[in-house]
Amino acid sequence: MSDQPASGAGDQGNGRNLPPLRLHVPEPQFRPGDTADFSSFEIPAAGEAPRPDEAAHPGTMQGLVYGLIRVLDDEGAAVGPWDPHLPAETLLKMLRAMALTRAFDARMFRAQRQGKTSFYMKSTGEEAVSIAAATALASDDMCFPSYRQQGILIARGWPIIDMMNQIYSNKGDRLKGRQLPIMYSARDASFFSISGNLTTQYPQAVGWAMASAARGDTRIAATWCGEGSTAEGDFHSACTFASVYRAPVILNIVNNQWAISSFSGFAGAEATTFAARALGYGIAGLRVDGNDALAVYAATRWAADRARANAGPTLIEHFTYRAEGHSTSDDPSAYRSADEGSHWPLGDPIARLKQHCIRLGIWDEERQAAMDKELAEQVRDAAREAEKNGILGHGLHHHPMETMFEDVFEDMPWHLREQQQQMLDEAKAAGL
Amino acid sequence: MTMIQAINSALDVMMERDPDVVVMGEDVGYFGGVFRATAGLQKKYGKNRVFDTPITEIGIIGVAIGMGAYGLRPVPEIQFADYIYPALDQLVSEAARLRYRSAGEYIAPLTVRSPFGGGIFGGQTHSQSPEGIFTHVSGVKTVIPSTPYDAKGLLIAAIEDNDPVIFFEPKRIYNGPFDGHYDRPAKGWAGHPGAMVPQGHYRVPLGQARTVRQGEALTILCYGTMEHVVESTVADMGVDAEIIDLRTLIPLDIEAIERSVKKTGRCLIVHEATRTSGFGAELSALVQERCFYHLEAPIERVTGFDTPYPHSLEWAYFPGPVRIRKAIDKIMKD
Repeated sequence: MSDQPASGAGDQGNGRNLPPLRLHVPEPQFRPGDTADFSSFEIPAAGEAPRPDEAAHPGTMQGLVYGLIRVLDDEGAAVGPWDPHLPAETLLKMLRAMALTRAFDARMFRAQRQGKTSFYMKSTGEEAVSIAAATALASDDMCFPSYRQQGILIARGWPIIDMMNQIYSNKGDRLKGRQLPIMYSARDASFFSISGNLTTQYPQAVGWAMASAARGDTRIAATWCGEGSTAEGDFHSACTFASVYRAPVILNIVNNQWAISSFSGFAGAEATTFAARALGYGIAGLRVDGNDALAVYAATRWAADRARANAGPTLIEHFTYRAEGHSTSDDPSAYRSADEGSHWPLGDPIARLKQHCIRLGIWDEERQAAMDKELAEQVRDAAREAEKNGILGHGLHHHPMETMFEDVFEDMPWHLREQQQQMLDEAKAAGL
Repeated sequence: MTMIQAINSALDVMMERDPDVVVMGEDVGYFGGVFRATAGLQKKYGKNRVFDTPITEIGIIGVAIGMGAYGLRPVPEIQFADYIYPALDQLVSEAARLRYRSAGEYIAPLTVRSPFGGGIFGGQTHSQSPEGIFTHVSGVKTVIPSTPYDAKGLLIAAIEDNDPVIFFEPKRIYNGPFDGHYDRPAKGWAGHPGAMVPQGHYRVPLGQARTVRQGEALTILCYGTMEHVVESTVADMGVDAEIIDLRTLIPLDIEAIERSVKKTGRCLIVHEATRTSGFGAELSALVQERCFYHLEAPIERVTGFDTPYPHSLEWAYFPGPVRIRKAIDKIMKD
């Protein structure tokens, strides 16, 4: 009857005896009520991953995109070819920035619960990803972050009071209360304006890097997105552009296993690693223990050196775990096992770097405790100062209402001037 | 010059004057663009400033925004306006909002060029007029020229502007004006007063309409290809219409519109784009709000129908002379 194989479609009783097709919908390992058990998790040993030359051809990096670059072993020793051999000063600086980020997150989360702001997002457990990367980059390399890289600003010494003013949308907020809390913008820190629209920053970072290259500059760009956001079309466009023009850019994927309630399987993690996506684009790819600050530093430094040598872009997957809820609007106990975080086999990035520093004899528990206390006080004092500029909902402490119409365009066109006047007239008539 | 030559000349002038100006898009480099708008530019300015891109509109606009953040002044091309939709997120959520959300720290001084409009048997995906999508977005300017002179002057002004500009080029009139009489031989730009284009730098300011014809009987608001269709129909009818070519939709020259409608007391709006929620609806509302006591007849709109742009039925769809004539008759009867 036909040369084509029978599909059996629509008539199962036709005797063709084909199995019905099945749709695979991924399901995470553990749901609420389950006991998380990662014992079957295969974790490559620290020091095992080879370190290729920075000019290595992407095609030779198969092992690295499916493996895991780890420097710190279980005892806190730095081992293997990726050990960046950082001076004590740098290690302690990173440790401090990570601890400050965690203290900052804790305080701001509480401020949201106290009703001082509408919204907050912590980066708990992911501090190494942003801080070690920022430490490995030059201070004027341009960062295009997502919303969970507050550690970059902190690592670059940006005043936390300025971040708090933004979170409180108060009169000290340089963004004039226009942006949702944590959507920072800090041009002086080479930190790009954060957008709520996921992964839009990816092609933008590539464009910035292309501009730098076209100009014969020496600065490079770096960008970050979560593993969930790699499903966006912008990710594909950015990787294609980065590859085609060999843009001096570092494309970071923070694989923290969760995109709100969706586990990484919904972004494709059941079939492959995120780092492996690099291979198809002909981009260098590295997969890194994201809770190992030294590994993150080393991988970023490798990628930065590669970019600066005109050898092209690098995609880095940072394998980590989102230890807390997605945001203050999220309750993770509704979709994942409550003890998952505590069983996460790659541990806590701060604890691991601390252990390393203690092992080196440059740090101890007493100094850590004193630093934590000092940072908590520093954050508390900054928050008190920021609150003097106002908190959300206290109208007198916001930017004047007419500023709402500024910066839509460079010059205000007539229709905005009219609407601005209308608003002021309405407010006046209402006795406001 | 033809409109294509005028656009090419504007790009040439701006690239010569400002090393920050870069041109990018599908087929714009070596080949010079599918409509020849960028012909010769890569050879003259090099591949670092004029380059072909992968076929990804998200990428073209996203990359251009990043280049703008670096300090360049990109002029990305989207090959047809019908294909601008993949880039909408980058245009609406990013380019349009960047200055606002960063309180001026970062800007997106892009000029997005894109051929648009019908009348060329382009079917559904080579004929659309999506300007109404962009006029609805705070933070972008929308510009549509109707003559070679305006095309060059407006494009130079758009490139020099520090806000993102969507620059729609009516491809039906790239090589000559079009009066809507599709059954007559095509005319070239030669001899048209709008085709006298200076070689060097000049600007047609954004936000200023052009009065094509002074008149007392009624005001006709139009832009792009429709300016020529309206002009020809008015001449054929012998009606004393005042024709206003808006040239820039955002920011809109409201003063020119108000002045004219208050004088004539009647208003017709003509555009190729579909009717419902099209820019004509905004124009109609503005005229109604501002000129209500001067109006002697309801405001009329002649637009594309609320259907996708058809191929074989193009001339039944296109808002041509027959439909414009009928609308003018109706307005004048009231």
